[in-house]
Order: sequence, then C-alpha cells, then structure tokens
Amino acid sequence: MVDHAQQLADRIWQRYDRKQRLIRYAVLLATLMVVVWAVRDIDIFWPWVWDAPNQISGLGARMWPPSAEGLNGIIAALIETVHIATLATFLTIFLALPVAYIAAQNTTPNRACLWLGRFILVSSRSVNTIIWALLFVAIFGPGVLAGILAIVFRSIGFIGKLMGEAIEEIDRRPVEAMEATGASKAKVIAYAIVPQVMPAFFAIVILRWDINIRESTVLGLVGAGGIGVILQGAIDTFAWPTVATIMIAIIVLVLIGEAVTSLLRSKVL
Amino acid sequence: MTSSDAPSTAPRTWRKPPFIANPLLRYGLIIVAAVYLVWAFGSLPFNWARISEGLPRAARIFSGGFPPNLERYELLLTGFKESFQIAILATLLGVFLSIPFAVMAARNIAPMPIYIIGRAVIIVSRSFHPVIVAILFVAAVGFGPLAGILTLTLYSIGFVGKLLAEEIEEIDWGQVEAMKAAGAGYVAILFYAVFPQILPRQVGLSMYQLDSNLRASAVVGIVGAGGIGGTLMNAFGRYDYDFAFAILLIIIAVILLSEGVSGWVRKKIW
Amino acid sequence: MLEITNLVKRYGHDEAVLKGLDLKVEGNSVVSIVGASGAGKSTMLRCINRLVEPTSGSIKLNGNELVNLKGAELRRARRKIGMVFQGFNLLDRLTVMENVLAGRLGYVNLYQAISRRYPQDDIERAFVLMERVGIAHYANKRADELSGGERQRVGVVRALMQEPEVLLADEPTASLDPRTSEQIMILLQSLASELSLPVLINIHNVAQAKTYTERIVGLRHGKMIFDGLPADFNKDALDAIYGGIEAPDDAITEPPVEERSHDFV
Repeated sequence: MVDHAQQLADRIWQRYDRKQRLIRYAVLLATLMVVVWAVRDIDIFWPWVWDAPNQISGLGARMWPPSAEGLNGIIAALIETVHIATLATFLTIFLALPVAYIAAQNTTPNRACLWLGRFILVSSRSVNTIIWALLFVAIFGPGVLAGILAIVFRSIGFIGKLMGEAIEEIDRRPVEAMEATGASKAKVIAYAIVPQVMPAFFAIVILRWDINIRESTVLGLVGAGGIGVILQGAIDTFAWPTVATIMIAIIVLVLIGEAVTSLLRSKVL
Repeated sequence: MTSSDAPSTAPRTWRKPPFIANPLLRYGLIIVAAVYLVWAFGSLPFNWARISEGLPRAARIFSGGFPPNLERYELLLTGFKESFQIAILATLLGVFLSIPFAVMAARNIAPMPIYIIGRAVIIVSRSFHPVIVAILFVAAVGFGPLAGILTLTLYSIGFVGKLLAEEIEEIDWGQVEAMKAAGAGYVAILFYAVFPQILPRQVGLSMYQLDSNLRASAVVGIVGAGGIGGTLMNAFGRYDYDFAFAILLIIIAVILLSEGVSGWVRKKIW
Repeated sequence: MLEITNLVKRYGHDEAVLKGLDLKVEGNSVVSIVGASGAGKSTMLRCINRLVEPTSGSIKLNGNELVNLKGAELRRARRKIGMVFQGFNLLDRLTVMENVLAGRLGYVNLYQAISRRYPQDDIERAFVLMERVGIAHYANKRADELSGGERQRVGVVRALMQEPEVLLADEPTASLDPRTSEQIMILLQSLASELSLPVLINIHNVAQAKTYTERIVGLRHGKMIFDGLPADFNKDALDAIYGGIEAPDDAITEPPVEERSHDFV
C-alpha cells in the first residue's frame, strides 16, 4: 500500500515538471492575493460580521412559529406562480424552436440567420430573469404579464440553445435518405429531424419548466407577480411568521415541481 | 408494379398508431391541457389598461436608453468591483463549506441522522432562488455586500454540495476498505481515501461556481445585497435609462467573458 | 436508360475522385460496381441523384439531363431514382410503415406528409411491396426494433415506393452478416427483373458481385478499368482493381471481411 502510494506520488511528481510547478505556485499565490485584496477592500463593516450570527438567529426566532394566517392567500399566490411558469414555458416553445432552427449549423438557411439566431440566444441567456422582469415591469407595469414575459425571454435562450445543439447532433443519414426521395426541405425536417430531436425536446422543456417554477417565485420581488409579491409585502410589514410560512410554501412548491418533473420524465421518455 | 397489381381483397387502410394508445387517456389529456390553459389565462389578473400603455412606454424607455451613457463610469466600476469581491469570497467560502455538508449528505459514509440533516441543508439551499435568500439576509444583517456574500455562500453550498455528495457516493470503495483494513479511523479514512478521490473535481467545480456566482451577484444587488445589481436598480429607479442600458450591456459582456474564461480554465484542468 | 458521360468530381482543390467516367446501363440489368474504398464508387452513385454535386460531365436518365437541375425540378428527378444505403438510413423512431411511405414524400403534399394521411393507392402499394419482401407484419413496429436484414428490406421497399426508373444501392450488404447479405442480393436481383428496373450496386464483395449481377464495373482511383461479364472477371481484373490495396487471393471465392481505407498519395 505504502509502496504503491509512493509510486503514485513519484509518477505525479514526474507529471508536473519544474515549469508546471512554478505555474501552480503562481496561480495559488495570485488566488491568495486576490482573496486578500477582496477581504481588505470590500465595503463591509466588520463588527456587523461578528454580530451576524446573532442577527440571523434573532430573525429566525422572530419567524418561529410560522403563522397559518393568510394561508389561503399564499396558496392562491402559489397557484399564480405555477401558472406563470407553465404559461411562460408553453409560450417559449413557439418562440424558441424557430430560433433553435436558425441557430443550428446544419439547418440554418444562411450565415446571416445563423448569427441572428446566436445573437438572440446569447442576449436572452445573459440577462437574468429578474432583470428581464425589471425591464418588463417598467414597460407594462407591475403584474403577471411582466413576469410571464420575463420568464419567456430568459427561457428562449435556454431552450433555443439546447434544442439547437440537439439539432446539430442528429444522425445525418436519414436526412440524406429523405433528400434522395425527392422530399422538399419542410418534409425532410418533418420526417428526418423532428422525430430525432423529440426526446431531447421533451427533456429540455420539462427541465426548463422545473427551473421556471423556481424563477417565478422571485418575480414578485420586482413586482412581476406570483408568490414573491406577498413575500415582499410580508417582509415590508415585518410579518416574520408569515414570511416563514411563505418560505415553507416555496420549498413545498419546488419539491412538488421536482416530483412532477421526474414523474413526467419517467412517463414521457 | 402499379396499384393494379393489388390483390382483389378489400382495400387495406393504415393510420399512424397514435402516440397514446388509449383514446380516453389521449383525448382526456388534450381536454385537460386545453382547460388548464383557459383557466390559467382566465384566472391571472392582467391589468389590460396599464398593459395597453406598454408600447409607448417601451418606446420611451428604449429611446431614453440609447445611446447608453457611460459618464458615471466610476459608479459602474465600484459596483463591478464589489460584485467580483462578493463572488470570489462567496465561492471560496461556499466551496470549502460544501465539503463538510457533502460528507454529511453522502449516503455511503454518513450515518442516517446526519445524512438527513445534510440532505435537508442542501435541499433547502437549492430550493430558494438566491434573490429570496438575499432579501432575508438583507433583513437580518442589513444592506450591503455582507448579505450578498452570505447568500451566495449558501447558494454555492447547495450546488457544489449536491454534486460533491453524488461524487462521494460513487467513489471507489476499495480504497476505503483498504484504509479500514489498515485500522484507520473515520477522519483518517476521509482524508486519505475519500478526499483525494473528489478533490480534483472540486477545483473544476469552483471555477464553474465562480462564474455562476458572478452572474448571481449581479442580481442579488437588486434587493440590496451589494454589487452591480444595486447600481442597476438605482439607475432604473431614477429613470436613468441610458446609464441602466450601459450597465446592462457591460453585465452581458462581463458574463460572456467570465463564461469563456471559466470554460477555458476547466478545459485546462480536466 | 441511364447514361453517364465524362463524369468528373473533385472536392475542393484535391485530386479528382472521379476522373471522367462513362457508363451506360440499359433495361433491367443489374450492374455491380466494385473497387477499393476511396475508388469513387460511392461518389459516383451519389452524383447520379445529386446528393453529391458533380464537377462536370453529364448524367442522363431516360434522356433527361440531371446535372443542371435545381430546386423543384431536381426533387422531381430524384423521385425517379431510388436509393438503398449501407447504413439503411431509416427513421429509427418512426414505424416501418412510416419509413416505407416516406418513399412517397416526393409525391404527396406537406399536409399529407405531416399528418401521415397518404393516398389509399400508396398504402396499398406499401402493403404489397412489404408482403413481397416479407415485412408486412411489422408495419406498426418501430424501425429500430428490426434486425439488420429486415431493416435493409425496409430500405429497399422505401426506394421502390418511389416508383423509380433506376435503383441505386450503396454497399447494401456491407452492414449485414453473410447469409442476410446473400438474401438481400437475391432480392435486389429478382426485383430488378420483376419491375424491369436497372439496378446499380456498389459492392466490395466480389464473390457476391459475380454471383448475383450480370455485369461488373471495376473502378480504381476514379477511373473505370473493368467493364464486362462476371465470367470474364478473372484474377487479372481483380489484381488490376485491388492490386496492392488488399489481399485479393481468396476474394474470388470468399467475401473479403473488411474493407481497408486507402489514401491517395
């Protein structure tokens, strides 16, 4: 055992020659310096840090026990949250599929479309849901529409990117066979591409729906509907026991969402 | 061969077998889906009067936003600096703290009661969107980057801890048994037989988590937990759209850059 | 009648893969095309239905020039050229019947194609052909549940559904075990006479080529170096085609097991 370990160690030391070892030390040193700089420079009032455990447990104590008051409102808000996630996922499908189609190397009509598709996907993915929500609340006012649009705009990038990759990974041979029968482009897509990407499509949409449930719990914090609205309300009025109830409700919702997605996955795929 | 070759039996028909064989279930599902869509759309409170003002407002916002204005770049730099600091410190703390929680949440090395606690911590920290956690930490420890660091640390523990726990559950058990045979204690086994197997992954994971924390640090600021998100929220709140769009564009650029760097580093390591 | 004149194919600026081929196939003859990997067999076949764009030359099917066709005209021409592939190229997740009916895609409209509502005549023809090759009872099975030989039968029926005027087969037996590949060769041979259809078969199994086809064309480095009856295909011809590329000793009696790749130098 010891001998073996020694051999292993010898081999590892051979793998990292002098130069590599220097690089490793340099990286370690640089990381250390960055951390030291971050700790010293960050705008934190340190006494608060030492006091933080007290504050957090204090807040925890104020939340306990969770209050059952307003439970009906919470459940209604949860349902609204699910509606937002579901409707948004549903709408996204129609917008994301054409984008995936033009953003996939092997189906895109031309290079301009390819880059347009990629631009849409990148901008959609780089902006967080809550920032999209901020924008749509400014445009359409507070409410569920802003929330739905925020989720849709963020999900286009996710579903579009993964579907585009699925399209790029298809087996080319059936496509060739369909072209050889004299089928038009649309028929080739319907026969040789759609059936091949179907399983990926279901998996991706189910996965995104699960993510969207989580995301739609925070939309309300910027006024875009769902459970977040009453969470913000409860925090603003220092109704801590209600906050605790809402938090528990969110966990339950997320766990139910996970159970439903794994059920759907096992049924559909 | 043409259709005249067909035998004289009655014409055979063929229809595609439906996706769901049971017609009751098939039509039932379609009806349920349709009813759900109608119910969901019908029950959501849309404020159509306010929504109808949307287009002119959008025009005003976008015309106010272009060209993006970088005059107050100092504010922007401060915001980004704080976001970086939050992301770095939270990643470091989160990646280290995720190790004990991952050990607790690995079925093969943790006793049952500990396992339940470990899993519960990971499930709870994964269930909450970081923004919700942030708003609670802001309530507990006040506005500023401290709340952001705490939030993202918890977020990292949830994500890294879950992956790491799965990794521990799949380790090569032979090494553990070898250590046990040599009479090693629990802690010695952890350090000599478990950690060496999982640590190489931990380095790659922390790069991934740094990237993901940087993204998240841009949004926790929206509820007051420090960083560029706060700057963005302020700009939006003051209808300062040209500055807001400048921030947004730079956030996108930084995220793309960080994604590229993180991907490059992970490729180098693995 | 299929008439190929001076066919040249060059990928980029590399050496041409096909260097001026001439070939005429008439009536219901079954022609096998033999040659080592990289000799240009596959490229030649794909030039005929324009899955590969020929660089120059002329290909006429029953008098119609195929080389300059575009868009809808090309698709109309492709309907008349059936193709059978080495890897079967089936739509794995669809049923056998859908795969077979896909041969009619050039004839039906988009709605019929997507909703799978094919004309009664097509469905009848599909059943007749599937019965002919012995796969009718699989109509509603998924294509990937079938064995290799059955899958290739689906491929053949799909090509015949096009009511082709010529059938191209690109290594139709290379993915099959020896017994199944003999069956497929017999099938192609008998279908050619039943439907009076010229068939071009790329094949590297010289023994099968000699047994099941009535004319052998040998390619080497993009040039035709043999064209004649199986009886005339002797050791010299074999050496000329495969010489220095793979061991030809027993290729006349036994099928070569593996095709070796060959690079142009």
